[in-house]
Amino acid sequence: MIPAKFDYVRPSSVEDAVEALRQGGEDAKILAGGQSLLPVLRLRLAAPSVIIDLGGIPELRGVREDGDRIAIGAMTPHHDVMRDDLVKQHVALLGQATETVADPQVRHRGTLGGALAHADPAGDLGAPALALDAEFVIAGSSGRRTVSAAEFFVDYFTTAIGEGEILTEIRFPRYTGWKSHYEKFNRTAQAWSMVAVAAALKVDGGTISEARVGLTNMGTTPIRATGVEQALVGQPATADAVRAAAERATEGTAAPSDADAAADYREHLARVLTGRAVLAAAG
Amino acid sequence: MTTTADPTTHEIGNARTRKEDARLITGRTRYTDSITPSGTLYLAVVRSPLAHATITNINAEAARSAPGVFGVYTAADLGAEGIGLPCAWPVTPDQKAPQRPLLAVNTVHFAGEGVAVVVARTAAEAKDAADLVEVDYDPLDPVLDMEAAAADGANLVHPDLGTNVSATWVFDSAEAGTGNSVADAIAAAEADPDQIVVRRRFRQQRLIPAFMEPRSVVVDPTGEQITMWSSTQVPHILRTMTTVTTGIPESKLRVIAPDVGGGFGGKIGVVPEEMLCVLVAQKLGKPVKWTETRSESLLAAHHGRDQIQDITITAKKDGTVTGLDVSLLADMGAYLGLVGPGVPILGAFMFNSIYKIPAYRFTCRNVFTTKTITDAYRGAGRPEATFAIERIMDELANELGRDPLELREQNWISHEEFPFTTVCGLTYDTGNYEAATAKATELFDYAGLRREQEERRRNNDPVQLGIGISTFTEMCGLAPSRVLGSLSYGAGGWEAASIRMLATGKVEVITGASGHGQGHETAFSQIVADQLGVPFEDVEVLHGDTQISPKGLDTYGSRSLVVGGIAIVKAAEKVVAKAKKLAAHLLEANEDDIEFSNGFFSVKGTDKGKAIQELAFAAFMAHDYPEDMEPSLDSDAVFDPENFSFPHGTHLAAIEVDTETGRVKLRHYVCVDDVGTVVNPLIVEGQVHGGLAQGIAQALFEEANYDESGTLVNGTFVDYTLPSAADLPSFTTGVSSNPATSNPLGVKGVGEAGTIASTPAIVNGVIDALRHLGVNEVEMPTTPQRVWRAIQEAQGRSTQETPVDTHSPGAGLGSIDPNNPQGEVQ
Ligand SMILES: Cc1cc2nc3c(=O)[nH]c(=O)nc-3n(C[C@H](O)[C@H](O)[C@H](O)COP(=O)(O)OP(=O)(O)OC[C@H]3O[C@@H](n4cnc5c(N)ncnc54)[C@H](O)[C@@H]3O)c2cc1C
Repeated sequence: MIPAKFDYVRPSSVEDAVEALRQGGEDAKILAGGQSLLPVLRLRLAAPSVIIDLGGIPELRGVREDGDRIAIGAMTPHHDVMRDDLVKQHVALLGQATETVADPQVRHRGTLGGALAHADPAGDLGAPALALDAEFVIAGSSGRRTVSAAEFFVDYFTTAIGEGEILTEIRFPRYTGWKSHYEKFNRTAQAWSMVAVAAALKVDGGTISEARVGLTNMGTTPIRATGVEQALVGQPATADAVRAAAERATEGTAAPSDADAAADYREHLARVLTGRAVLAAAG
Repeated sequence: MTTTADPTTHEIGNARTRKEDARLITGRTRYTDSITPSGTLYLAVVRSPLAHATITNINAEAARSAPGVFGVYTAADLGAEGIGLPCAWPVTPDQKAPQRPLLAVNTVHFAGEGVAVVVARTAAEAKDAADLVEVDYDPLDPVLDMEAAAADGANLVHPDLGTNVSATWVFDSAEAGTGNSVADAIAAAEADPDQIVVRRRFRQQRLIPAFMEPRSVVVDPTGEQITMWSSTQVPHILRTMTTVTTGIPESKLRVIAPDVGGGFGGKIGVVPEEMLCVLVAQKLGKPVKWTETRSESLLAAHHGRDQIQDITITAKKDGTVTGLDVSLLADMGAYLGLVGPGVPILGAFMFNSIYKIPAYRFTCRNVFTTKTITDAYRGAGRPEATFAIERIMDELANELGRDPLELREQNWISHEEFPFTTVCGLTYDTGNYEAATAKATELFDYAGLRREQEERRRNNDPVQLGIGISTFTEMCGLAPSRVLGSLSYGAGGWEAASIRMLATGKVEVITGASGHGQGHETAFSQIVADQLGVPFEDVEVLHGDTQISPKGLDTYGSRSLVVGGIAIVKAAEKVVAKAKKLAAHLLEANEDDIEFSNGFFSVKGTDKGKAIQELAFAAFMAHDYPEDMEPSLDSDAVFDPENFSFPHGTHLAAIEVDTETGRVKLRHYVCVDDVGTVVNPLIVEGQVHGGLAQGIAQALFEEANYDESGTLVNGTFVDYTLPSAADLPSFTTGVSSNPATSNPLGVKGVGEAGTIASTPAIVNGVIDALRHLGVNEVEMPTTPQRVWRAIQEAQGRSTQETPVDTHSPGAGLGSIDPNNPQGEVQ
């Protein structure tokens, strides 16, 4: 498959990238790992005039500690995220979700920032980012700003990243000692989620004291299952209690209907998988 | 002539790694798209986005003036309006076969049909310019449902034919004199309280062959012969059909199939783009290349299966089957493919399978719709037949309260009864269903799994276990030419081979069977090494080029070994006979006293002798040879099989169904196959594994989905859900060999066995897991959603399926909104 013609630039700093974006105007497109963008180009669903490759900006790659936050550069490949010790220790849920993304080839190329900026409702990384209250650092011509996860995901393929802006970093509070699990349901082993549930729990003496639950592909954006979270807090981590709380998983969702799953089935899955995710997290 | 000594058997049975793999997996090989004669131009096809429409205008102005463009052509511009692609299988004398144009003329009949071609200096320029061709359409109503299409008063795909039914083909065992009347059997069963009638409808969904290498054609018109490279399974058939289609004399055509990256039947056709490249190359006097994109391939290369099967089986309450009635609707798509109309007919002889069924009738109506054409896909007709009979045997067992394996055994042909002539008039030469089944049930732990199943049922386990059975047979090794003649097929079923003994003792083997990934080069080398007693490494197998291998009928229908391989054996026997004569002459012995073994011709009772290599050299030198002989050992043979071969096997699947989500997990798969003599166990294993994967994929994963306007909605590999290794368990395979008696090697085909056998094993397992919950049918593919809905319905909890509002969110490209494809990218 052959994409339409485009120009290609590879800036070496965020500032240069922002400038290239400004020059390119509406028709400019950012290239991260290319795992979502290239298929779109090759099917000619988009025909940008210029592609700005962020691959030459060292600052955007890697995981680091920044005070009480774990900061992950937008260009950090999935593979690096899931192997990272800081991630394992403090943001385990993100690593667990990342492990379910596609196959090793895709995980070596695709990036955390690319996946979140792409904002595919079936993508696996939005739900943990939302559940864990990630913050998104966005650079533009007037400098950098930070938005919360709740503000970041706007709609189907739409985020708070404005025209001329670049996502540079995703910052997570530390969830050290929390238990977590990402329960994914898909048609084939390496595919996107039909529905998935991201769950992180703080369990004290057998009782759930805090809970974070995010849903993948139950609406046009990742969705926080606040009803479930509330119902879980103060409960013992038992099957009955968890299943009862999981009944609230569909509150506030707007599940899509497609050939693999109609909305009613998705809602059913959301309840079943929420129960399983929370129980697996509680371990 | 004296009898030749038994060929040695050092190579046959040896699990050699494939000699072709080094070049294939190191990227050293050349596929069609890697071939670019200097000055090559590139062709891109402008395709209809609509399933059914009148073309009101084509404006190619912008495309013609785009950079690098040589021309934009419609059928009229190429003088091709009168050219139709061939259909080689008039299944009935009155079969309705509309002309399939190279490019749509006035009306498009399926989404993806070509309307015009653009020729440019590079592939990218051709593609860019193709996007600039403006075609105006007046939409017509699509014809999508084959049952509605076959009904009176249906909207017609080809109005001039007056019907959407292309042909109705019937086999009735009473009329053929091969069995009783099924109408009588059904009437008797209905009237008799000690008999039972079971009726079921099964659906064979539409599948896409999904070969790895996309189709590609290069035509170079600059030589004395026009040379066509094509990613095809059938270079010989393609050459003949190019003549039939374009009128270019066959002697002026050379067709080359270089390494071809898979076909599975999907490259058996003669496709419009091949003929378009010929016409354009001739018109411009320059080489022309077309290589399809993956989306083009999924959309426009032929599809497979797509049948509705109405099956009626009658039996005595003691389990003895008394009759089988099969009524099929088969979706041909918009036109007839090269062998498309014959594909369901190939199944006609296999619905009775391994069972002794006294009365049988088969009726098939081939129907046109405004969809991509269907044609051969791995198994071609036989997977459909096997599915139906193996599913209904389970249904019958359930109705009678019998163990499904036991009921099968009660009805199958016992091993003492071979050779056995079936209700279709075919004679199965060898087989032993008891032996294969005994081995399979042991490897599988059938009894243990039945106990586990009981336990899970008792405990109301959310994960239920099902045992899926398929005891299949198939007819392969296509085919005895006389049988094909009786079916009005447009060719014979023989295969050709030549052996050239080179001066230095090396051997060139030329075969007309054109491999495309199967391992022909290795298996054929093993056969020749044994036949001639030469080292495996000294044998070179040549194929796939009509200049090198002028005669052949190519590779499909599990025929390469059982027909092509035997042609090679026959040629080798002739080489040995000539060599023996020469040896006798040189050794001054009587020919009757010459013994041949291990590549050595010796005089009986002496230590005098000559190696075959020495004889090859002597024939080359030709200084001394018998008067009544030509100085050559080279030999040709054409082999026309006397019968099909009938591999069989017992396939067992342990299936877990998560009743809360509907997820089906294939936990364990055991198969024991009888493919006759095994030439190379590693290749057989590979064919079985690949076959299983494709058959299991039909049961669990794949379906080409069209929406109500006739658009293929899952036309990329991200939403046409092919399984990967991660979706399949490791298979346990076993062999239970009964050599075929219809050929000297005792071989049976293996290329399609896994695909034919496995689909019903999986679906039977899914149903078996859920039967106690009241589920009797889940359509393929048995997706989690379908399984879940079937459970809900069986439990009296009807679900209201919400209509689809987006197309495949998450399906690979992420979510594509069909109404706003551009909108998906911010
Ligand atoms: C076969 C396959 C299977 C997959 N399976 C899954 C799966 O199971 N789960 C899953 O979650 N994902 C899956 N993916 C998608 C994968 O996670 C991609 O990596 C991700 O969607 C995009 O990341 P990328 O780095 O490749 O971004 P790109 O494709 O380069 O970019 C994607 C989009 O984001 C924009 N963008 C990228 N980076 C930035 C930035 N820093 N600032 C602003 N905009 C930016 C681009 O302009 C583009 O519009 C799969 C992909 C493939 C090819």
